[in-house]
Amino acid sequence: MTWDKIVVDVVGLGLIGFIVWFFWLVKAKGVKAALTSGGYQEQMVLVKGGYTPDVIVVEAGTPVRLNFVRQESASCSEMVLLPAFDKSASLPEGKTVPVEFLPKEPGEYEFACQMGMFRGKVIVE
Amino acid sequence: MGSTEIARSAPSATTGVRAGTSGARRVGLPVAGLTCHNCVQAVERALQAVPGVTAATVNLVEGRAVVEYDPDQTGLPALREAVKAAGYRSDTARARFTIRGITCASCVTKIEKALLGTPGVLKASVSMGTEEADVEYLPSVADLGAVKAAVGSAGYEVAESPPPASPEAADREAEAREAEYGSLMRKWWFGAAVGTFTMIMSYPWLFPGLRDWFPRESQRLWYVWAGMGVGSLAVILYSGNHFFTGAWQGLRHRSANMHTLIALGTGVAWIYSTIALLFPQIFPSSELTDVYYDVTVVVIALVDLGLAMELRAKGRTSEAIKKLIGLQAKTARVLRDGNEIDISVEEVLVGDIVVVRPGEKIPVDGAIVEGSSAVDESMVTGESLPVEKKVGEEVIGATLNKTGAFKFRATKVGKDTALANIIRMVRDAQGSKVPVQRIVDAVSGYFTPSVAILAILGFMTWYTFGPPPAVVFALIVAVTTLIIACPCALGMATPMSLTTGVGLGALNGILIRGGESLQTAQKLQTIILDKTGTITHGKPVLTDVVASGGFDETTLLRLAGGVEKSSEHPLAAAIVEGAKGRGLTLPDAAGFNAIPGHGIEARIEGRALLLGNLKFMRDRKIPLDGLDARALELADGGKTPMFVAIDGKPAGIVAVADTVKEDSKEAIRALRGMGLEVVMITGDNERTAKAIARQVGLERVLAEVLPQDKAFNVQKLQLEGKQVAMVGDGINDAPALAQADVGFAIGTGTDVAIAASDITLIKGSLRGVVLAIQISRATMRNVYQNLIGAFIYNVLGLPIALGVLYPFFGILLSPLLAAVAMSFSSVTVIMNANRLKRWKPRTASGGTGP
Repeated sequence: MTWDKIVVDVVGLGLIGFIVWFFWLVKAKGVKAALTSGGYQEQMVLVKGGYTPDVIVVEAGTPVRLNFVRQESASCSEMVLLPAFDKSASLPEGKTVPVEFLPKEPGEYEFACQMGMFRGKVIVE
Repeated sequence: MGSTEIARSAPSATTGVRAGTSGARRVGLPVAGLTCHNCVQAVERALQAVPGVTAATVNLVEGRAVVEYDPDQTGLPALREAVKAAGYRSDTARARFTIRGITCASCVTKIEKALLGTPGVLKASVSMGTEEADVEYLPSVADLGAVKAAVGSAGYEVAESPPPASPEAADREAEAREAEYGSLMRKWWFGAAVGTFTMIMSYPWLFPGLRDWFPRESQRLWYVWAGMGVGSLAVILYSGNHFFTGAWQGLRHRSANMHTLIALGTGVAWIYSTIALLFPQIFPSSELTDVYYDVTVVVIALVDLGLAMELRAKGRTSEAIKKLIGLQAKTARVLRDGNEIDISVEEVLVGDIVVVRPGEKIPVDGAIVEGSSAVDESMVTGESLPVEKKVGEEVIGATLNKTGAFKFRATKVGKDTALANIIRMVRDAQGSKVPVQRIVDAVSGYFTPSVAILAILGFMTWYTFGPPPAVVFALIVAVTTLIIACPCALGMATPMSLTTGVGLGALNGILIRGGESLQTAQKLQTIILDKTGTITHGKPVLTDVVASGGFDETTLLRLAGGVEKSSEHPLAAAIVEGAKGRGLTLPDAAGFNAIPGHGIEARIEGRALLLGNLKFMRDRKIPLDGLDARALELADGGKTPMFVAIDGKPAGIVAVADTVKEDSKEAIRALRGMGLEVVMITGDNERTAKAIARQVGLERVLAEVLPQDKAFNVQKLQLEGKQVAMVGDGINDAPALAQADVGFAIGTGTDVAIAASDITLIKGSLRGVVLAIQISRATMRNVYQNLIGAFIYNVLGLPIALGVLYPFFGILLSPLLAAVAMSFSSVTVIMNANRLKRWKPRTASGGTGP
């Protein structure tokens, strides 16, 4: 094996390691939803190439309102689904769409676009 | 818009008040609960007693009081109080809307004042937190337009937010799609134009004419390639910018998607080419310095084209919901203050009398109060024949009035109408998930990064072990791998079919709650049918009249009907209806006496008449002369016989029965033809149940089941290891419907949002169960086709792209072909889902269907 091949393979393995670490091993930190005067735990979620924030921490037993704002035209993110709460909403571009639900049990609940390419998580504590 | 009649005679369009005598005000106040003339007087007196009221007249028919009063002395709240104190209601309308520009607490007071200053407005509260106004007003005095105008006059703006299901919203969605499509197509044309030139000039030695002009390693070719480098950069920036921004935004969320793969593939090709062009000296051999700008440009162009086609096909997938939304009527003609006025459908209130002429759309749900007609309900129930409607019967909004003119009282408006419920249910269902999707969800989080890893491994392998020029092969393999992988086809496989399948159901009068119901419905083995109201009409009708002892059938029925007129027993109604149906005029009875559990006795046309069961006849010592044998025969046929005796002598039998729906037998045969076990469940006695079962061709009957035990019986069948469906009405059978693997609620008319059911059949026919199962089977077949197709595509495509065929056949896939295959695979998934729309119900005889 020549030195250039060794270099390519070492760099390649390094890249693979980076991909594994970057996509699967790092745990994102969550954003705590704020309690508003209306008695809701509210959080604005920006839909643009993904959900920002994509991990939202809420407390069990208090209703949650996620306000989704979609700022892109790619049709992938047209809908957002919360299968655990039987909720879905279509998101017209530029409009704020509230999705409300009541988390009863602590746990982690996913929300995602219809094709599952964009994902987010609600952590109920 | 609004109450034009009022506005015309009013000094101001916004006040909505008629000019009365000087200083006095005149309003029309709705009064509900008026039933008789006495009530009219009571309300009039109550109103006139209010200080400041100069005149008050109540119109019984319209349910409205016209009051003249001095606004300095009294006001609307006092008038309403007076109506209420007299024991009646004055119904009001409520509206909520968003107001823009509320910045401070003083704005709130200002707006509230402006609203309360509007005649007809009773209560108004504005919330600063939600920026919403909640207004209660008298629809006869003010309309929504006037209320909103008041907000405008205070200097604030009402945010127009049409209901989410409005045709306008659907149009806007379509417009947005159209714009997106146009933009993608422009990107494609630009990419294609640059791409054609780039493809030719990347390999000039393949073209005889160009070969001599642009020899390899010539300065002239270098300039052309440099030009291509700039051109392809333009393509990246214009046609491909959404891939790169999408990839970047994905990375910021630590997620990778199709954009990441395309951006990586085309980006790597561009960077390699540019390095080869600018620094050829770092490459050991000149054959390594060829450029691959064509890969960048053509792949971007092709994927843009694929996305555009995808968008088109997707638009067709959700056509069903568009059709439903398009059904909504835009205007309604209502009676207010005795005048017919045209208002927009959003303004129709519960209790309004709506006028519908032949050929017009019925705007909201309600019950007919005057007139009759044939109504085409096919758009909502899927029933193709027009339905006759007479006074008292329900009409469904968005259906089409065919023949006659009628008036109806609105019972459900706005988001409560049957159609609005249907649209909401379909939307929710289309947004739900089919359980098999879980596999895809589990995979998709790993898919894209795995493809990137595969591409790197491919590069390493080819670089290390591949034939020379190794770096070129390695590069092509890596780029092709990145591009051929299609997470989209996988991701779209189930949602596209689900959207089409649920839409297909809705257009056939079948509302499917979600993907889970759909998936379970195709695995069903046993169908339990409730008897009453499901197999049968659920309403007893007169079936037989047996006359004896010298009476003829007409006399017997006329007298029996006359007596039963005074009875409240449900079977009595059947006899009265039956007699009237035969054109008989029923005489009045006297001395009516009901003996519970036995029958009734009364005097009619000077004769003593007894009507009741066998026990009653025996108690009264009526000789039956063989009538009891006839009665037993009728009972064996599932009917309920009742004996009639006149002046102490037997006169005959009238029999009533709950009759089987016309298409129940055919539907049950179709279900059995589909390999399903069909069971009937009923609270009736064994004999009646068996009789009905015979009529419809059923063998297994669960009779004498108490309503509360139905769910238990469903569970018993489930314990046999079967997937069980329960078909019944959504109210009495709710526990059984919930217990079943799939609960089918037979809905009728406007009551479609039935909570306990997985599938709701709008048209009250068993045929819907057959259709629903057929649709679920067709949809799930489509889902599996899509899923398997997408899996196979990726499972085959990735190894080929990695070059496994090269050692054996010398075949290496070009990145350009990979781009074509990738686009094609996702378009195929959508087209396959759209194919579902051509699905036609199979006939009961097992006829044709895809």
